[in-house]
Amino acid sequence: MPLYYNDDQTMLADTAAQFVGEAGSIANQLRRIRADDALDGFDPELWKRFAELGFTGILVSEADGGLGMGHVEAGIVLEEIGRNLTPSPFLTSGVVAASALAEGGDDLRGRWLPGLVSGDAVYAVAIDEGAKHRPEKIAARAEKAGNGFRLSGTKDFVLHGASADMLIVAARTSGSDTDSDGVTIFAVPRDAAGMEHDPVRLVDGSMATHTRFEGVELDGDAVIGEVDGGRAILDKMLRAGRVGVAAEGVGVARGAMDMTVDYLKQRKQFGRLIGEFQALQHRAAHLYSEVEIARAAAIKAAQLLDAASDQAEIMASVAKAKAGKAAGLAVREGVQMHGGIGMTDEYDIGLFMKRERALAEFMGDGFYHTGRVADLTGY
Amino acid sequence: MSQEELESFRVDTRAWLENHCPPEMREPVRDEDDIYWGGRNAKFKNAAQQAWFEACRDKGYTVPAWPKEYGGAGLSPAQAKILREEMNRIGARSPLSSFGIWMLGPALLQFGTDNQKERFLNEIARGEIRWCQGYSEPGAGSDLVSLQTFGEDQGNHWIVNGQKIWTSYADKADWIFCLVRTDKNDRYRGITFMLFDMESEGVSTKPIKLISGNSPFCETFFDNVNVPKFYGEDIPAQVGTVNRGWDVAKYLLGHEREMISGADNSERGSAIGAVLSRQMGGLDPIFRAEIAQFDVDALAYSAMGEKFLDEVKVGKAHPAQPNMMKYAGTELNKRRHELMMAAGGSQSLEWDSDDTRGGKPARDWLRTKANSIEGGTSEVMLNVIAKRILDLPGA
Repeated sequence: MPLYYNDDQTMLADTAAQFVGEAGSIANQLRRIRADDALDGFDPELWKRFAELGFTGILVSEADGGLGMGHVEAGIVLEEIGRNLTPSPFLTSGVVAASALAEGGDDLRGRWLPGLVSGDAVYAVAIDEGAKHRPEKIAARAEKAGNGFRLSGTKDFVLHGASADMLIVAARTSGSDTDSDGVTIFAVPRDAAGMEHDPVRLVDGSMATHTRFEGVELDGDAVIGEVDGGRAILDKMLRAGRVGVAAEGVGVARGAMDMTVDYLKQRKQFGRLIGEFQALQHRAAHLYSEVEIARAAAIKAAQLLDAASDQAEIMASVAKAKAGKAAGLAVREGVQMHGGIGMTDEYDIGLFMKRERALAEFMGDGFYHTGRVADLTGY
Repeated sequence: MSQEELESFRVDTRAWLENHCPPEMREPVRDEDDIYWGGRNAKFKNAAQQAWFEACRDKGYTVPAWPKEYGGAGLSPAQAKILREEMNRIGARSPLSSFGIWMLGPALLQFGTDNQKERFLNEIARGEIRWCQGYSEPGAGSDLVSLQTFGEDQGNHWIVNGQKIWTSYADKADWIFCLVRTDKNDRYRGITFMLFDMESEGVSTKPIKLISGNSPFCETFFDNVNVPKFYGEDIPAQVGTVNRGWDVAKYLLGHEREMISGADNSERGSAIGAVLSRQMGGLDPIFRAEIAQFDVDALAYSAMGEKFLDEVKVGKAHPAQPNMMKYAGTELNKRRHELMMAAGGSQSLEWDSDDTRGGKPARDWLRTKANSIEGGTSEVMLNVIAKRILDLPGA
């Protein structure tokens, strides 16, 4: 398979660029939501429009009412979300939650997928415990209770958890905290008694929760997949999420880079455009090179994931780490090259820096994934 | 070609390679003479090298994507990719290395006359003539267009005088493709892309000893060299038009940069951590972290190489993208060898011991320092990216 978009994917990319670039633009979404202090950091109306275009069902099978597409297509949408800093539950609901729900039985899929596809529902993902992403350790516990389970523990960095109609929660049903086996994935409805959200606004304006589960009673049919067999589903969610964040990160990198290169062509100092200075030209050209490479890695990872390749795991970490490096460079160079105006809230480049920082932490930071590349390649 | 046909091509290719690529030719290249360059004075290192070369030559696989009439196999881009993947899979060596294949060939395919292509491309594909490239001069490095080697028009021939430098393997080459000034009044439109025999009277070469101790490059001198204007009917000595050789040179630089970038070299984008860890019996944490950072960049670059080559084949790549590939690929390769030297410790310092096969780690490390200089420096690459891709103002 060639490593560029086929005709259908190119069409989708054009549609996404046009739609997200307009309806999801920084002025129309991020700044407006920030000013309105909207409930959970995104606009449900925009989510409905994502659904009208079919985006919400990209990773949902056709049998379940979706488009049955793959991670390359999801990445196309995410890159535009990144480029426009669009606050959207697409990554959590449309990518990570959809990947988990696909593993559920008929009843479970029938209960949750229609709402996702129609854009009426938003789902959150509760994996992290503590401030760093360490999914090897799952300490939240779900004890057997009658026909169901009683869930206790705390989850952090649950993006838009407070407004989610359902949370996908990784919890331990047997063994000790760091065991690979003994994890189970649950679909926890928003009205579950004993679930408490402590919402926090993050640096980029998005909303997350610290979510406490205090003996939350769950039916047996809340289980996605097999009891104690959730690690494979969790890994699948993580691969999807990481490849997805990589694509969004590439979008952030490209957005920040384009904005900065434009600025170099407008700003005059010492009687000439600052883009004429070789000191800045070389840094911009180096940035371009890094962003191009990160983009190739992100698309490659998505292709491998769609092909169910055994290389997908490594490439997902390569893509997440590389996209983080490139996006980090793009926003730091962006703010620096904008000079004083780059420090102002009025100017958009700082918003890119904030989003990049949040994405860097989501699904594991660059250090985590670089270490994983070493682990997975045998050293 | 349908997916099914491609799959069947893959099956056939795999079987063909199994039958024709000797086990010795699936070992990594260790020494200089493991690479077969062809040419009038070529010698095979062993029977396996000869058998592999001849099998590929007869199948058109020395230049798989060239048309059959010029010695290639006429493979489509998708087929050529499959052949490359299958060769990489078994670690098959390249049967023939040649500046004719990498550089002159593409220029002739683009700008050559039918008879030029018929003669020169077949000679290249069959490994009969070894070519070298005469571009840089002592006063014309990054500023190549200021070259001074002059060809004086004598009616039916030119008299060429001047000096080239960094001519790769000029002392071993049979013919040269050479940038020669033919009009002193026009910097860009006063250069001709000439082909002539290195055995011509007045051509001499002198190897340059590098910091690696090796001499892959030469100084090349032209002292009243007589270059006929035609080598036969419709076989002019120049590629393209007289005085418009800069167009050919620029086109070719793209190919050279692509080649040096290592985009199609599976080693360039490979991870090294596991090998170094075995070699050292474990890694210190800080060294491990450094290597892992490198491996992330290398594996990401290999995806970029694949994407770039896929895009080149269908004309989707930005025309200046080879400059980015060259920049990133050569900087990466320098880092790779820095880490390999560190992993080798004091043993990698040995200059001529048997244990190091004649100081290979140190010499290879030093050789990589030229990667970001030859074929356009990293600084020139960044200039080109800034100007032609990012469209930044000024020089």
